[in-house]
Amino acid sequence: MELYDLTISEASQKLQSKEISSEELTQSVLKRIEATQKQLNSFITITKEAALLQAKKVDEKRKRGDALSALAGIPIGLKDIFLTQGIRTTCASKILEGFIPAYDSTVTARLKKNDVVLVGKLNMDEFAMGSSNENSFFGPVKNPWDLERTPGGSSGGSAAAVASGQCLGAFGTDTGGSIRLPASLSSVVGLKPTYGRVSRYGVIAFASSLDQVGPFGKTVLDTALLLKSVAGEDAYDATSVRKPVPNYEQFLKKDLKGVKLGIPKEYFSKGLNSQVEASVQKALSDLKSLGASLIEISLPHTAYAIPTYYLVCTAEASSNLARYDGVKYGYRAEATSLAEMYAKTRGQGFGAEVKRRIMLGTFVLSSGYYDAYYKKASQVRTLLKKDFEDAFLKCDVIVTPSSPTTAFKIGEKIEDPLTMYLTDVFTTSANLAGIPGLVLPCGFDDQNLPIGLQLLGPYFQEEKLFHVGHAYEQATEWHKRKPKL
Amino acid sequence: MNFEAVMGLEVHVQLKTKSKIFCRCSTHFDARENENICPVCTGMPGSLPVLNEEAVHMACKMALATNCKVQSVSVFARKNYFYPDLPKGYQISQYDQPLAIDGWVEIPLSNKEIKKIRLERIHMEEDAGKNVHGSHFSYVNFNRAGIPLIEVVSKPDLRSSEEAGNYLRSIQRMVRYLEIGDGNMEEGSLRCDVNISLRPTGAEKLGTKVEIKNMNSFRFVENAIEYEIERQKEALQNGQKIIQETRLWDSNQNKTFSMRSKEEAHDYRYFPEPDLMPLEVAPKALEIIKTQLPELALEKQKRFMRDYQLSQADSGTLVQEKSLADYFEAVVKECQAPRLASNWILSELLREVEASSVSKSKITPKHLGQLILLIQKGTISGKIAKTVFEKMLQSGDLPQKIVETEGWVQISDDAELEPIIEAVVKENPNLVKAYQAGDAKKFGFFVGQVMKKTQGQANPQKVNELLKKKLGDV
Repeated sequence: MELYDLTISEASQKLQSKEISSEELTQSVLKRIEATQKQLNSFITITKEAALLQAKKVDEKRKRGDALSALAGIPIGLKDIFLTQGIRTTCASKILEGFIPAYDSTVTARLKKNDVVLVGKLNMDEFAMGSSNENSFFGPVKNPWDLERTPGGSSGGSAAAVASGQCLGAFGTDTGGSIRLPASLSSVVGLKPTYGRVSRYGVIAFASSLDQVGPFGKTVLDTALLLKSVAGEDAYDATSVRKPVPNYEQFLKKDLKGVKLGIPKEYFSKGLNSQVEASVQKALSDLKSLGASLIEISLPHTAYAIPTYYLVCTAEASSNLARYDGVKYGYRAEATSLAEMYAKTRGQGFGAEVKRRIMLGTFVLSSGYYDAYYKKASQVRTLLKKDFEDAFLKCDVIVTPSSPTTAFKIGEKIEDPLTMYLTDVFTTSANLAGIPGLVLPCGFDDQNLPIGLQLLGPYFQEEKLFHVGHAYEQATEWHKRKPKL
Repeated sequence: MNFEAVMGLEVHVQLKTKSKIFCRCSTHFDARENENICPVCTGMPGSLPVLNEEAVHMACKMALATNCKVQSVSVFARKNYFYPDLPKGYQISQYDQPLAIDGWVEIPLSNKEIKKIRLERIHMEEDAGKNVHGSHFSYVNFNRAGIPLIEVVSKPDLRSSEEAGNYLRSIQRMVRYLEIGDGNMEEGSLRCDVNISLRPTGAEKLGTKVEIKNMNSFRFVENAIEYEIERQKEALQNGQKIIQETRLWDSNQNKTFSMRSKEEAHDYRYFPEPDLMPLEVAPKALEIIKTQLPELALEKQKRFMRDYQLSQADSGTLVQEKSLADYFEAVVKECQAPRLASNWILSELLREVEASSVSKSKITPKHLGQLILLIQKGTISGKIAKTVFEKMLQSGDLPQKIVETEGWVQISDDAELEPIIEAVVKENPNLVKAYQAGDAKKFGFFVGQVMKKTQGQANPQKVNELLKKKLGDV
């Protein structure tokens, strides 16, 4: 076994017992990146020198006997949406191709405080808009399980990198499923925390009321460790919430006695692939044998989630992306007038999907349409929230499939935006309601493509998801399978 | 046909907070270009706004002082448009749920009556940066981007340029009394847009309105309104229709010209700002702010007239600037002579010092109060007092010290004055005879002679008294 195959908790123990050094671990990961980057295209920027320098620094600190966090010396990747001071941050867009931030995102800063080793900036859909990672100015990311297929999007680079050992853990963002879908299609664990749990400061905004930062790990425990290192109130984000961050590890028990799991009937409808459904059903019976009770529930407004999501996210995006105007930073087209400069800069700097969403969002917010679209969508969000609040009176955690199908082929849906948008059918509700969602491996189809299980929990109760996820993981072997690369 | 002008004003007030409304940058205005900037106020990717409590506090003060209802929940909204001085491509403002609604302001009219102008709303927003145009390039200075503003929107209750001017001055005075802003039109810390329409006198229905912008002094506001009333009147009399549009005031040509029509107006695509939670103002917090509100100009004027028996005109001048009114009261506290204090301030002090900067004058209320006390006690004469005043203005010394150093203490002692009077009488036997024969006018001459011999320091009343005794005795 190679060092890059270790989980964070395993590696952390070896580092603490000085069995390995962070430099050795980082070397192993960097070699793995070198060997597989061409195939996967999971990184936009690889920070090799800085990573090695940081690894040595952490090793020295450890030698000195400094008190270090569990993540100290662990090689981590960041989606290229997190601002990293002095390190190019592109959001996979031409319009930010050469943008070098002057400040760190709060997540970046907190990870630095934990002495992690940043190995690079991970590929993604441009401005996090997409479900297949095909919308990147730097080219698509390939699924490590099948290089002809997508790893899912928009945090495709993060999922592919963790799945293939290019880093031990990673962070992404999830606006409508952008962590959970790639986790599902790439067979890693991915968490979208409660809205407000992790600061969005310094995270390039796509849809502000939906965006949430979350971790990718090889195990539930790793994911919990990563969340703990970045979660909590931030004075720079008015939507971050002042609630203590629990010590998640204490909730990771092996049995599920007394746990009530809600199974929403709306998530098991026609569009669901039969092999995916079979795996999820098998997972449900496994959960039952761990002591959980299964309760059928209803989330009656589920069908409205996708249309609501595409109204809200496009509207907010149209405003959030207005700042990329060629005036202050990023790409600027040559022009002879201000209006021409704006038009050319944005026309040339943004990709097709981004422009499509800006146009949709501009329309949605236009005078005379606001009430029918954005306002109505906000009202539907209230109904979706109520669906979940009612459901959590009856159960502790909701269990659903995470994607209607396994990984699809690159190019298969890209010409048909509507079909692509439906990929998010099981994930957008959690963003609209603001609740946390965890996806973890629960099987493979007959082509050896990963299948994921989604756990949804009440506000600020990520520990419930970790509990159920960890117990399931301990009882199954799916998370131990590695892609052949 | 006669027409009546109907106006409503939108007044922007820069708040004098220490830091900007959504970040920690300084609001200090004499900084170098782009010195007071950070990722938030320059719209860097990933930056987020965090609301400044001090700005809310100041905005609430204005709302309460203008009798508005402060909403328990108000909502920030994004106003979307592209312009280089707007770093995010949207301005964070408030739209359908403003901070405060339904208030009123009392303004003085030239006929000494008071008129109530109703307020539609007061909302909070951020200022934009400033474009600077060079010969080959244009530049943007973001120091101003993110300075907190309140927009005070009146109902269409104003009927003339004079009323509009008085209303604007009342708002300015209020801002300064509340110490929430400089309220300086020339510097742009107070800005004003006018909505104006005409209707036939007596009609109910409002005419088509025109918005006028770009007036950076009270005079320009009044001139622009005068011009616009005439322009619209002429158009209506010629049977033309008024076009709904935005017009700019050109202070060089003294006229307004069209900037954009209604059809060209922006669609700002307002929607609730998702990066900020709705703003909740607790009733308790409002109660506290209420108790902290200072006495405002009109109340103060009424009190001055009542308690100090000042005239409407004098008290009106004294309350124009809060610092002047405070100065006046400090002088009164020192000397307990309000009428004298008012006279000295209005006739002497304001001749030398701007009303807005009396607090910076070398003559402090203590100086002036003590000077008045010296006059009252008879230590110096009113005439000498004016000379002492000049000296204080230059040196900043206290009057007592000046009077002593210069030896200007008034001579009131009989023993000191009697020999001088004796001498004057002896030196002018003929005139004494004439006086005693009935030429009363000669009395002044003797007084003058005594004053001359004492270099003006003799107490005139004492001199009169003693002279009369002396001349009667002879």
